[in-house]
Amino acid sequence: MDFELMITSFPKLLGATVVTLKLLSASLFFGLFLGLFFAILRLNKNIFINKFAYGYSYIFRGTPLLVQIFIIYFGLGQIEYLRTTFLWVILKEPYWCAIIAFTLNTGAYTSEILRSAFQTIKPGIIEAGKSLGISNKIIFYKIQIPIAIRQSLPAYGNEIILMMKGTSLASTVTLMDLTGVAKYIISTTFKPIEVFIVAGGIYLFMTFIIHNVIKYLEKKYSFQQ
Amino acid sequence: MELLAFGKTGWGDELFYATLMTIAVSITAMLVGFFFALIFTPLKLSKYKTLNLVGNFYTTVIRGVPELLVIYLFFFGGSGAIMYVASIFGYYEYIEINAFITGSMAIGIISGAYSTEVFRGAIQSIDKGQFEAAKVLGINKFGQFYKIILPQMLRLAIPNLSNVWQITLKDTSLISVTGLVEIMRQSYIAAGSTRDPLFFYSFAAVLYLLLTYVSMKLINKLEVRYSRGY
Repeated sequence: MDFELMITSFPKLLGATVVTLKLLSASLFFGLFLGLFFAILRLNKNIFINKFAYGYSYIFRGTPLLVQIFIIYFGLGQIEYLRTTFLWVILKEPYWCAIIAFTLNTGAYTSEILRSAFQTIKPGIIEAGKSLGISNKIIFYKIQIPIAIRQSLPAYGNEIILMMKGTSLASTVTLMDLTGVAKYIISTTFKPIEVFIVAGGIYLFMTFIIHNVIKYLEKKYSFQQ
Repeated sequence: MELLAFGKTGWGDELFYATLMTIAVSITAMLVGFFFALIFTPLKLSKYKTLNLVGNFYTTVIRGVPELLVIYLFFFGGSGAIMYVASIFGYYEYIEINAFITGSMAIGIISGAYSTEVFRGAIQSIDKGQFEAAKVLGINKFGQFYKIILPQMLRLAIPNLSNVWQITLKDTSLISVTGLVEIMRQSYIAAGSTRDPLFFYSFAAVLYLLLTYVSMKLINKLEVRYSRGY
């Protein structure tokens, strides 16, 4: 055990954690909106819109995240037309490519979580809203969405943890996130166990925090059904 | 389309073998995972606190740390660890483990953590009366487990195990960083030499979709088989 290496690499890894957290928060933020959007599409009665939303979530849940990042980072740059548009400013940066891939990926999982949450809302609750003369729009925003968010909290907590682990793939497109820096230190010192303990410890700490925040929120927003 | 031709001109046969490699790694990893689950599920269900702790440590650490980090640990540390063990027995030559074994071990340990949780959940949801009834009928421990608990447990576990299989299948793409030529690595090589990454990575995505689709269909059949009588 090389404790000195563990102590010296800790600040470096902690610095890289900032990159990981930035990637995670950005993709979760955009992914939540994307997921909500596609969950609403899934509830649509139009078969084409419905199938489109299902296809999106099926493709992104059925392929590895690594493939998705590679298609966006290496693949899209190949299209000549894209290079001339303003999108190229974003797509030439590995940072934004990673965020786009993570957003699309977490969006697909989030849409499934929210869809099943919407579907488990008892029809009686919506009928009660209707009979009180509340408009459909308000029923959706003030009744259905809050209940769906509460219902999906446990599953969404898992998704956040999965996504946190997913951000480690950013290191494959040259980003120096926590895993990227850990790999760099391992390949220069050849002390994988020490670095794994420190980097893994940081990841576990983040998992622990996320887990407990979600637990707290679950308790805070719990209700009798 | 000529990019996918079989033979020397295209990448069809290479990608075909790479797909077989992905399937082989996934199945091996899944079996390694079952082996780990077989060890750690009883630990998690044990009445002894220390054994619980060991079981929980395994599942918590593996499920809380990125897969890629575990793979790097095995990739860079695997042969070092084996050589250390060998040196205790007086063997000091360099030992190299191949990428297939490193990869399936790493993915297997990850897959095992998920399988453990699935088995634990399945066993816990079996009615206590089943255990008691088996005991009353004088069935021995072995028979209790194989004839009474296991068949009921499998029915409950299969849907969740199919999720574990999907996760494992997708995780194998990460082994490409170690140089094992599976779908992802082969696409990377092909994309590099033809300068057509969009096509090859999209094709890789299609291959993965195909694999997940076909395995879902097969697992659904299993599910029907094990749900007979319900």
